[in-house]
Amino acid sequence: MKALTNRSKVAVDKELTLMERLYFPAVLKGMMITLRHVFKKSATVKYPEVEKEFAPVYRGHHVLKRDEQGRENCTACGLCAVACPAEAITMTAAERKKGEEKLYREEKYAKVYEINMLRCIFCGLCEEACPKEAIFLTDEIVNASYDRKDFVYGKDKLVEKMDNRIDITKRQKKY
Amino acid sequence: MPKVTIDGHTIQVPDGTTILQAARMIGPEVAPPTMCYYSKLKTSGGYCRTCIVKVTKGSDKDPRPMPKPVASCRTMVMDGMEVVNNTSPEIVDARKGVVEFLLINHPLDCPVCDQAGECHLQDLGYEHGLSSTRYDFERRTFERKDIGDKIQLHMNRCILCYRCVKTADQVTDGRSHGVMNRGDVAEISTYIEKAIDNDFSGNVIDVCPVGALTDKTFRFKSRVWFTKPVDAHRDCPKCSGKTTLWLKGEDVLRVTARKDQWGEVEEWICNECRFDKKKTKDWIIEGPRKIDHHSVISQNHYNKLANPHYKKLGK
Repeated sequence: MKALTNRSKVAVDKELTLMERLYFPAVLKGMMITLRHVFKKSATVKYPEVEKEFAPVYRGHHVLKRDEQGRENCTACGLCAVACPAEAITMTAAERKKGEEKLYREEKYAKVYEINMLRCIFCGLCEEACPKEAIFLTDEIVNASYDRKDFVYGKDKLVEKMDNRIDITKRQKKY
Repeated sequence: MPKVTIDGHTIQVPDGTTILQAARMIGPEVAPPTMCYYSKLKTSGGYCRTCIVKVTKGSDKDPRPMPKPVASCRTMVMDGMEVVNNTSPEIVDARKGVVEFLLINHPLDCPVCDQAGECHLQDLGYEHGLSSTRYDFERRTFERKDIGDKIQLHMNRCILCYRCVKTADQVTDGRSHGVMNRGDVAEISTYIEKAIDNDFSGNVIDVCPVGALTDKTFRFKSRVWFTKPVDAHRDCPKCSGKTTLWLKGEDVLRVTARKDQWGEVEEWICNECRFDKKKTKDWIIEGPRKIDHHSVISQNHYNKLANPHYKKLGK
């Protein structure tokens, strides 16, 4: 069979030379390599103390945006759910009642909106499908948990808080 | 029996056939799209101009071409007539203009509208329209009007195709639905706030090509593409009882009439079947409804095994 790379060596069963039999030079050679790496720049960061900077388009967990008046943008049109390749999104729509105009922007809103973060592959297709600029991915990591049901994020976790708004302007594509 | 050639396909049709009907006999790749014409309703057609075609040869006796594009739903075929539809760039361009006109006052509320996914105007705009509007003015709006607890009227979405009016006129007895005012401010309405309570009035929902008339019992329940359409029937003393159920799990979210390949109702159904029979045990389910695989409704519906290997395993 033809070798895939030219780095392969044919194994030969010949007698070792004296230098090879001493074994010590080979150990020294190995130690030299190890020592050299001590002075090289480390590839990792010391995580809790030092945090690595995220790329501006990093895809962490989702946020459901509100508009500048604090009304929810999402109108439960279902395009994110139909675009989702992992089928992680489910929703139930409801009609806006009189007096709720300050809460929801359109006459229909999502009563229940759930994303299963264990199914989600963070591809960002929901964000792309959204016609109302309601759903965006953020640079926040999904927290670890011992319980599966903690990974089904409802509206309590997804909708942004008015006193703690999430900036997604750097994620937005410029056409 | 006149002979007509449409987009290079020649067909012999009975006397009194329109160009549109002849094109439909040839097949869907030749047939022009329609928004107001409805083969089941008499005198429908002639309002929307979506079905315009170019007649390059009037007939064998008079081979002059017709000077302007004609509405194919209202033009009878003549012996030896030659018609071009999709093969003429002029017609494709003209249709684009017609779609733009239809969309001028149509609100962009597809994310809210229950018709989205099975809307003829949505399909038409997708195939022929521009992706943005050139219209600078405010869209025409109407005040919300309540026409009963079963049918929801969104006058803003109406394109004035008159299909519902003809349905109310021809299918139901005692018409209480019509068009008020003229021109720019014309609107469909029930006469003097009278709710439509005829037995077959629900059919106006099915004939509406847009989301102007929708089912109030289905309002915001689910998007169409998350429901599973199945054919079903029941013994109904009033109508044929042959319907399509739109299921989600075991719940019947919506009942509609069965629609053919032109999006037209096969058989009218009564209001009892449409609005009151919302349990699977009311119905005898025949099997899944065949949905065109280009439609968004067929999204995520697995009616075929993707991997032929599983077939061998008998799974």
